[in-house]
Amino acid sequence: MTATRRAADTLILLVGLVVLWEILHRIAGETAMPAPLSTFAYLVHNLATPRFIANLTTTGLELGYALLLAYGIGLAVGVWLGAHRLSGAVGEPILVSLYSLPKITLYPVVLLIFGLGISGKVAFGALHGVLPVALLTTGAIRAIPPVYLRAARTLQLSPWQTITTVLLPAALPEVFTGLRIGFTVTLLGVLLGEMFASKEGLGAMIINALQLAQGEEMMTVAIVLFAFAALANGLLLFVEHRLRRI
Amino acid sequence: MNAAPVPREVHAELKGVTRIYPAVPGAGAKLPVHALGPIDLDLVRGEFFAVVGPSGCGKSTFLEVLAGLQKPTAGSVSFEGKPVGGHVPEGIGVVFQEDASFPWLTVWHNVAFGLRRNGVAAAEVRRRVEDAIAFMGLKDFAGAYPSQLSGGMRQRVCIARTLVLQPRLILLDEPFGALDAQTRLLMGDEVLRLWRRTGATVLLITHALDEAAMLADRIGAMSARPGRFIEIIATGWPRDRDSTIVGEAAFGEITGRLWERLRSESLKALGHSGVSAMAAE
Ligand SMILES: Nc1ncnc2c1ncn2[C@@H]1O[C@H](COP(=O)(O)OP(=O)(O)OP(=O)(O)O)[C@@H](O)[C@H]1O
Ligand SMILES: [Mg+2]
Repeated sequence: MTATRRAADTLILLVGLVVLWEILHRIAGETAMPAPLSTFAYLVHNLATPRFIANLTTTGLELGYALLLAYGIGLAVGVWLGAHRLSGAVGEPILVSLYSLPKITLYPVVLLIFGLGISGKVAFGALHGVLPVALLTTGAIRAIPPVYLRAARTLQLSPWQTITTVLLPAALPEVFTGLRIGFTVTLLGVLLGEMFASKEGLGAMIINALQLAQGEEMMTVAIVLFAFAALANGLLLFVEHRLRRI
Repeated sequence: MNAAPVPREVHAELKGVTRIYPAVPGAGAKLPVHALGPIDLDLVRGEFFAVVGPSGCGKSTFLEVLAGLQKPTAGSVSFEGKPVGGHVPEGIGVVFQEDASFPWLTVWHNVAFGLRRNGVAAAEVRRRVEDAIAFMGLKDFAGAYPSQLSGGMRQRVCIARTLVLQPRLILLDEPFGALDAQTRLLMGDEVLRLWRRTGATVLLITHALDEAAMLADRIGAMSARPGRFIEIIATGWPRDRDSTIVGEAAFGEITGRLWERLRSESLKALGHSGVSAMAAE
């Protein structure tokens, strides 16, 4: 069935990646790219250490807050721009141009406003995530066929019933796409934030390991992040497919 | 006219109805659009009334005003003696020109949708839904999603969804507009069957003259925008008719008469400034 096929595909992909890694290791040498096997050994020994767990918790916490902000603000702005035609006409082009901006150029400003602590990284993550969530929510609401509203009225639905049983399910699949993309870029934003001007979190660990030429540690963090992102994305995609009836 | 001496009871009435879409500043529509009217029309209870007219002449606007989905700019609409306005009265069912089936619900749940929201008991919902699904020939697709169905079947889902609410006036806006001619004839039979079984008044909007001539008791021919009835033709068909009447001489006469009335209107709708301009060339 499709589930087993998808699992098989994932397995092939993973094996391919490890093989590629091993080849890269042979070409680039030990210092630039540690071997998969030694990295996995390092991972097993270090994953449960307090240092690793503390950093993991920090990143998790930052990501959680950033997502909360990105989703909350993004959905609110998206609904507003989607439902109100004039606001949408003014607001959407602004969001689109902000979206294409490399947000890293804004990081100094974010740091000046929010400081070097956790709130700066949360704000930077949220800054990444809020835009796709808002844009796709706007699109989702605009894309609702107006005939659904007329149908709701002929089926004697109250305004509240129309919102919960027609508008919401009609917009949900595309909104969910926004949440999924928002998740990916929020994670990216948080990690970027940690890489610069931070001593804590997985992003900071990578930079630290890079400076100390600790290849195994760097790759260990990368593997953890990779696994987490892939798992979360797969889960969100699964829900999205269910919503879209594919 | 029908020979049978049935008492003529007015089921829905339009008096001096016009609809002008106001100009929307900044949204493209610089000028108000006079889409409809003035229209005076009595729909007789139990009749099958068809509306034909060139594209863009205001047919859908007419239906929406009659259903209470839009307020007329002037004039009044009443249904079963009560004024219509602001909301859709109970007893009117509408099938739209566009596909309005909900893609996130199965056929069964699409059909049950209106009943469930209106607090009908579960057993009664099941009975009515299964009946409507069987009647529209959707039995094998009850568990399917609309994306798995053809356009014609989706329109049947929408008809079934309306049917379960047991409307006394059924408004159909070009429900088979996207179908091929043969399928349309067959769907026409289905609508006749529905009309006979429910005993409801049916108003069908169509752009196909043959469809109107074959199905209706009366046909209202609409002018180019703003839509007005330039003629109302009674067909005199028996109640138990079906699509085989396309072979009858009267069918050809009615279709010919409709085309005669609508030809110049259709030219206007195409952007020609009428027959006089063509003659001047
Ligand atoms: N919401 C609206 N605002 C402004 N103008 C409108 C609106 N809806 C329809 N119109 C205009 O009113 C006229 C009649 O439209 P309507 O949809 O009623 O025609 P129709 O006869 O149903 O057309 P068709 O044959 O394409 O279904 C058209 O010129 C259309 O552009
Ligand atoms: Mg129309």
